[in-house]
Amino acid sequence: MLNKLNNIGDSAIICDFGDEVNQDINNEVLKLFYFIKKQSKLEKIKGILNCAPSYNKLIISFDLKKTNSKIVSDFINSSNFYNFSFKQEKKEWNIPICYDFEMDLTKMSRELKLDKEEIISIHLKSTYFVYMIGFVPGHPFMGDVSKKLFLNRLKTPRVKVPAGSIGIVEKFCNIYPYESPGGWNIIGRTPTILFNSKNNLNPCLLSPGDTIKFKSISKEEFHSHDHG
Amino acid sequence: MIMDNNFFKVLRPGINTTYQDEGRFGLQHFGLPPGGCMDHKSFLIANALVGNKKNYGALEFAYQGPMLKLTKGKTKIAVTGNTHFQIVYSNNDTIKGQCNRSYNLNEGDVIDVIATKKSAYGYLSVAGGFKIQSFFSSVSTLVRARIGPNNGNKIKEEDKIVINKANDNKENFKAIISTEDVNTIRVLKGPQHDYFSEESKKKFFSQNYKITNLTDRMGMRLKGKALENIINTNIRSEGITKGSVQVPADGQPIILLTDHPTIGGYPKIANIISADYDLLVQKIPGTNITFKCIGLKEAEQLYSERYNNISKIIKNINENNFI
Repeated sequence: MLNKLNNIGDSAIICDFGDEVNQDINNEVLKLFYFIKKQSKLEKIKGILNCAPSYNKLIISFDLKKTNSKIVSDFINSSNFYNFSFKQEKKEWNIPICYDFEMDLTKMSRELKLDKEEIISIHLKSTYFVYMIGFVPGHPFMGDVSKKLFLNRLKTPRVKVPAGSIGIVEKFCNIYPYESPGGWNIIGRTPTILFNSKNNLNPCLLSPGDTIKFKSISKEEFHSHDHG
Repeated sequence: MIMDNNFFKVLRPGINTTYQDEGRFGLQHFGLPPGGCMDHKSFLIANALVGNKKNYGALEFAYQGPMLKLTKGKTKIAVTGNTHFQIVYSNNDTIKGQCNRSYNLNEGDVIDVIATKKSAYGYLSVAGGFKIQSFFSSVSTLVRARIGPNNGNKIKEEDKIVINKANDNKENFKAIISTEDVNTIRVLKGPQHDYFSEESKKKFFSQNYKITNLTDRMGMRLKGKALENIINTNIRSEGITKGSVQVPADGQPIILLTDHPTIGGYPKIANIISADYDLLVQKIPGTNITFKCIGLKEAEQLYSERYNNISKIIKNINENNFI
C-alpha cells in the first residue's frame, strides 16, 4: 500500500510503499509507475519528466514550469491506480551465464559451506524478478536469491569488474552492464548486452517487473555469442 | 551531392567539451539520468543569441574551452557563461571576445575559448545548430555510458564538427545579464533530514562548506566538519534526483549533479532548490558555500521568478541588436 507522499526537492515527489522489500510491494510500485506513465501519455497529468521505481518507492520528477508537488500529489491521491492492470508489460528472459568467469566462487564456497557445483545449481534453479534498473544505464537489481546463498558485499570492493559480470549480495543478484568498480560476489559472466545506445527503439533489454532464468553456457559458447 | 558544407576543425578540444541540450527525459527507469546542460540559463541564452530554438545542442566546456577553426563555410556563434575567449580572423586580426553576444565567422576564422573566469561551465552555440544525431529526442552526451552525439564521447583534437546551414542574417545580438555572485545556496529539507543529530542539522545550515576537487558533471563533494548520522548511514536504495545532498558514512556531503547515478543508498539531508541550481554548478573547487533552508512554496516562487527573468533576458535579446 502507498503509505505516504513527500516532496524531494521542489520538482519531484517520492511515493513511499513502506520499509519492506518483496515482490508484492514492488508490484504495487510498478503499478503506480505504469499508471503514471500511461496517464502522462494520455495527458491526464502534465509535466511529468521521469518516473524512477525502486524496491519500495517511486520517484516522480516533473517540470516546475508546468506543474508542482501539490498538483502531482493530488492527482495520485485522487486516482485509483490499485485497479490498474499492467501485466502485459512484463517479459520473461533466458540470460546465458558462463560460470567459468567467476571471481569469488572459492570464497563463496568456503563461507557458505557448499561446493561450487551446488552453488551453481542453486543459482540456476531460481527465477529472478527485476525489482529495478538503475545506478548506471541497464543495470538490473534482481531477486530473490535462495537463502542458501546469502552473502555480504566484499570487504574491499574491486576497482574493476568486467562488463557482463553477474554478482550476488544478500537476496539480490545483479549484472554489471559496463566495466566498473563493484563490491558484489561475482559468480559468472553473460555475453548479453544489457544497454545498447545504438538502439533507438529499445536500448535497454530488461524492464522493472521482468523475470529472468539463467542458462549455463560454456566458454566456447560465451565467445561465439554475437556481441552486436 | 555536396556534403558537410559548413564545418569546424578541432584544434584543441578543451576540457570535458560535449554536446548538451536540455536533457533526455523518460528513461530514468532504465538507469539514465536526465543529463543535459549543467547551467540551464547560460545554455538557453547561447541558443537565443544565434537565433536558435531553445533546445538545440550547444557545446558545453569546463574551465578550458575548445579552439575551433571554421574550415569551411560561414556561421554565427555565441559564447556564454563567464568566459575569456578570442577570435582570430583569417587575416590574422585578433579580437577579444565578449560573452553573451553573437559574432559572425567566415571561412578560416578561429574561435579560441581560452578559459572560464571564476566559474566552471561555458557554452558555445552556432546559428542553425550542430549537425548531430539525437538519441531519444535529445542530443545531450552521457560520457559514462557513451550515450549521445559523437558516439557519446567528448570532442577531441582533429574532430570535424559539422554545422547546419544558417540563414544569412548578418545582424548580431547581445544579452544583458546581471552577475550572480552569491555563495549562499538555498535548499529544502531532504527525505532523511532527521537521520542526523540536532547538532549536525544546525551545523549543516551554519558552517562553511568548501567545494573540493572531486567535482564533475556527476557530483560535487564538499568538505566541512563531519555530520553525525544517528539512525543509519545507509538507506534502502531508491531513485534520486539532481540537487540531492547525500551524506555517506564519513559525514561529508556529496551533491548529486546533472549526470548523477539514478539510484542511491545514502541518506539525503537536503535538496538544492531548482532556482539556485545553475548558480551552484558554476562554483569552482575551493569556493566556500553555505546552505539556507527555505520552504517548498518559497522555492516554487523563486523558480517561477527566475524562469520569468530568463524569459525576459531572451525576449530583450532581439531588441538589443547592434551592427
